[in-house]
Amino acid sequence: MTGDEDRQRPMIEVTDLVKNYGSLAALRGVSLGVAKGEVVVLIGPSGCGKSTLLRCVHLLEEPTSGTIRVGAQQISFGGSGPALTGRKLAAYRSRIGMVFQHFELFPHMTALENVMEGPVTVKRMDRRAAAAVGRGLLAKVGLAGKEESYPAQLSGGQAQRVAIARALAMSPEVMLFDEVTSALDPELVGEVLAVMRQLAEDGTTMIVVTHEIAFARDIADHVLFMDAGAIAEHGRADDVLLCPANPRTRAFLSRFHNTGTLRSSG
Amino acid sequence: MHYHWDLAMVLADTDRWLHGIGITLLYSVATVAGGIVIGVFCGLALLSPKRWVTLPLEAYVEIFRCTPLLIQIVWFYYALPIVLNFSLPAWLAAGMGLTLYMGAFCTEIFRAGVMSIGRGQWQAGRAVGMTYAQLMRRIVLPQAVRRMIPPLLNQSITQLKNTALLYVVAVPDLMYTSSIITAETYRPLEVYTSAAAIYFIMLYPLTLFAKRLETRVDR
Repeated sequence: MTGDEDRQRPMIEVTDLVKNYGSLAALRGVSLGVAKGEVVVLIGPSGCGKSTLLRCVHLLEEPTSGTIRVGAQQISFGGSGPALTGRKLAAYRSRIGMVFQHFELFPHMTALENVMEGPVTVKRMDRRAAAAVGRGLLAKVGLAGKEESYPAQLSGGQAQRVAIARALAMSPEVMLFDEVTSALDPELVGEVLAVMRQLAEDGTTMIVVTHEIAFARDIADHVLFMDAGAIAEHGRADDVLLCPANPRTRAFLSRFHNTGTLRSSG
Repeated sequence: MHYHWDLAMVLADTDRWLHGIGITLLYSVATVAGGIVIGVFCGLALLSPKRWVTLPLEAYVEIFRCTPLLIQIVWFYYALPIVLNFSLPAWLAAGMGLTLYMGAFCTEIFRAGVMSIGRGQWQAGRAVGMTYAQLMRRIVLPQAVRRMIPPLLNQSITQLKNTALLYVVAVPDLMYTSSIITAETYRPLEVYTSAAAIYFIMLYPLTLFAKRLETRVDR
């Protein structure tokens, strides 16, 4: 009985999340739920708060108020001082994988060492075991043979795939992708999207911020359209992307429709 | 010019020259080492967000960076004893001045080195769940130390030359030894030229080494 409830209860639940930078309201009470194995894509104009939302979920930024629940851990914000600090904060973050727009690989480590770093330093995994995990993940993202390369020797697409492997190495409960293809040359975007598509098919729980609308339609279970720090529209991917109800969503998507990136298959 | 050079006469007392060189090297090594230790602790503390921690340290760094080292040495020798009501031996007063001076520059080098590591690297470390200490040890310091080595080496080169100021409080370093030998031989040209040559011979290899390191760090 409780098992059924657990399965139906979203794995991640964000409630009334607010983030202010001084007098600027970046998030104005955002709520969303992500079920286990679900892929949620956030779209919206730049500055709408998509990245801030991801960074708040990861606690790279401390939300001003609201609550976040991941699994059984519920955290409320808005008290005096940060909700989590030190080891508790680090432990929370280790359960959530994050991939950044600019990769941020550790330049003084090889690709394999980048992937091993989390398991060895944070999880105290044996180096041999971590190397095996690392090799497996690099192979999974199509980089077998690049284990000993340094980040400076990798293309942007390769570097971003190493960054994805580095995040996966912690076996996170959810993966967050923050515009991970925006800094890439167009011809390198495909290889990164292919890895993400594979992860989605494997049942990885993902929250993805992207401007690749066609890709969003392919992998998303749900799409959220954000505007001015709030969720303006949400629903199944095809509903939001092909027949948006909100005029702002329609305006935002119009350029993709006009250029033929999206076509209704009805 | 009919000046008759007599190097042999001024260099005759080899032992005294060697003693002077030894004192200069000893002060250089000791004050650089002490300065680096100060720099590591103060530099790390300067990264604290707490103003009551950083404000006194900033004051320390700026006071020692913006006043002449010569005054600092003299101050520790003549003025501090008045404040503390007991006199420091010359070697200690001079050493304190030199060490704190080096420490101020090392603090700045250390702080700047850590600050030069971009926000993204910190976030990437946090994203895999590292604590502050793990982040420093595994991600920030290994990258920052590489960038700190060239400025530290440059500051050490300057520091070795700065030990010449020890002569004002009669510490028998290379410079003080030169002034004594000059007084005895009346041969300032030979003595100070020799002293300069000795400083040069000690430092030139270091500057070459620093240049090589810089090109390596660039890669």
